[in-house]
Amino acid sequence: MPLLEAAGIKKVFGKLTALDGAALTVGENEFHGLIGPNGSGKSTLMKCIAGAEVPTQGKVSFVNTDITAFTPTERARAGMSLKFQITSVLPTLTLYDNILLALQAQCSLLDLVFSRTRGLLHDQVMTMLTQFRLADRAFDAAAALSHGQQQWLEIAMALAGKPKLLLLDEPTGGMSLEERRVTGELLQPIKQHCSLVIVEHDLDFIRDICDRLTVIDQGKVLASGTVSEIQANKSVQEIYLRRA
Amino acid sequence: MGAAKQAVHADAGGEIDVSVVERTAAAGRATAERKILPIVEGVVLVAALLAPLVLQDYLTVFATRVIILALFALSFDLVWGYAGIMSFGQALFFGSAGYGVALLARDLDITNIFLVLPAGTLIGLTFALLLGGFLLLGRHPSSVIFVSLGTLTGSYAADRLARGWYYLGGQNGIPSIAPMSLGGYDFTEGPAFYYLVLGILVVVYLLCRFLVRSQFGLALAGLRENEQRIAFFGYKAQHLKAIIFTIGGAIAGLAGSLYAFHEGFVWPNMVGVVVSTQVVLYVLFGGSGTLIGAVIGTVIVEGVSFWLSDNYRDIWPIILGLLLLLVILFRPLGLISFVLGERERVGSFGAKPKEKRNAAP
Repeated sequence: MPLLEAAGIKKVFGKLTALDGAALTVGENEFHGLIGPNGSGKSTLMKCIAGAEVPTQGKVSFVNTDITAFTPTERARAGMSLKFQITSVLPTLTLYDNILLALQAQCSLLDLVFSRTRGLLHDQVMTMLTQFRLADRAFDAAAALSHGQQQWLEIAMALAGKPKLLLLDEPTGGMSLEERRVTGELLQPIKQHCSLVIVEHDLDFIRDICDRLTVIDQGKVLASGTVSEIQANKSVQEIYLRRA
Repeated sequence: MGAAKQAVHADAGGEIDVSVVERTAAAGRATAERKILPIVEGVVLVAALLAPLVLQDYLTVFATRVIILALFALSFDLVWGYAGIMSFGQALFFGSAGYGVALLARDLDITNIFLVLPAGTLIGLTFALLLGGFLLLGRHPSSVIFVSLGTLTGSYAADRLARGWYYLGGQNGIPSIAPMSLGGYDFTEGPAFYYLVLGILVVVYLLCRFLVRSQFGLALAGLRENEQRIAFFGYKAQHLKAIIFTIGGAIAGLAGSLYAFHEGFVWPNMVGVVVSTQVVLYVLFGGSGTLIGAVIGTVIVEGVSFWLSDNYRDIWPIILGLLLLLVILFRPLGLISFVLGERERVGSFGAKPKEKRNAAP
């Protein structure tokens, strides 16, 4: 059974059909790239999977459960995590507290009121910060970070709760080449315990880190397969890769 | 610190020396923590303790009223300043508790402090739970407009209801409430009542401070800054909102019952839009998102109105209005932001983690 299976996803905004029967299947510990021209519907598909949008039609299954009608909170508790396209770290909080906020999301109310889990979570907070090369800034406000660092912080926050599936919407947007390379390095180790769906324009980046790709065009799946299969696919080359 | 930072980046490809990192971070925090807040709190407390000794009697009565209103302001500050829920109907909980204890005193002769104050708190809590449950506990997050108009409507409706209901005294409210009592002692206006409400304010203040500085307070900060984001972490954001809204209602209820006994009467304004707006102004003026800001805002707004109404009998509301506008325009974080930096205002949460490797050179 795949970890995530979205099938027949249709999403209509007024007169615009953003998705018309799109599908996506992701296995365990698989890095899956979602590519396609601007406006093809990749981000909308991502939002339908994450629960930020409700699909007009279709079904999303996650760990053998139909989650189509789940709220974002319920999806998060089932083990799904999302990094938004626009960075939404909490700028006035310290990096430490940003990570702690993500880590303590499923603590009980009494644990939170009496701060009973902070000591337990401290090491995890520092580990996440160290893993994402932010530990020396732990007690600075997140607003003081560079754009690239804020993206890393946000990925760290999304990973803090040990999700089974992480959805990344354009993680390298606005990053320098060097920052992109480092982002790829930072993502590699999580493969041991987590699957990844990644929407990205940077095809080199996608090719380097993904196992499989799905190409979306005009709200439908144009092709899906391993990276080499997609690279060899004639219609993808014509419609997408050559143009890009 | 800059060198250490570079060292970490240079070293980033390989193993990172966590001890260096933690020490650097701890050093950064030590310099960032210039403790202004406790000083402000201390000064306010000392001033409050000494006030009845230097004030004339009629001013002590006025100061008691201000302290009760400061307690009320704390309730709004928790809800708006900390959780970001715009409640334009906070007087509903304040006033309904006032009416409740007035009825207890009038109809059942119950004035014992250990009965009426818990009863008032419970009334505020119950009304907040009902209204908050309705406004906040949907399956999907409710919009800011929905919540602010919903609370405003609740307060307005309560005002109209109180005005029209003969049992509640209609337009005139309930006059001549018997004083609050303890054994044979009656709390009438004066220093004893003043120190009683000051004691209650200090206790509630400390409880609020405990709450907003806990990990729960961190969740509230997340709620205030980006509700959608924390829902995606798995927080039950609507539950958190309903909880803090209910706590706010309970505190407003406590303040309302003290107010009813101190003034000796309750009237429809007490549940209405005017008082609901007044508390918004106290908190915005002093500085929302800091507890002491709410207290200072109340003292200054009430103090300035008192002085202005004495000296500029006809035009004082205009002067006060302009003053408030200026503060909100130029100091959106309130008067407290003159002395308090952003970092300390937001602060940190939970008990401090143990400093590791403290002994290392």
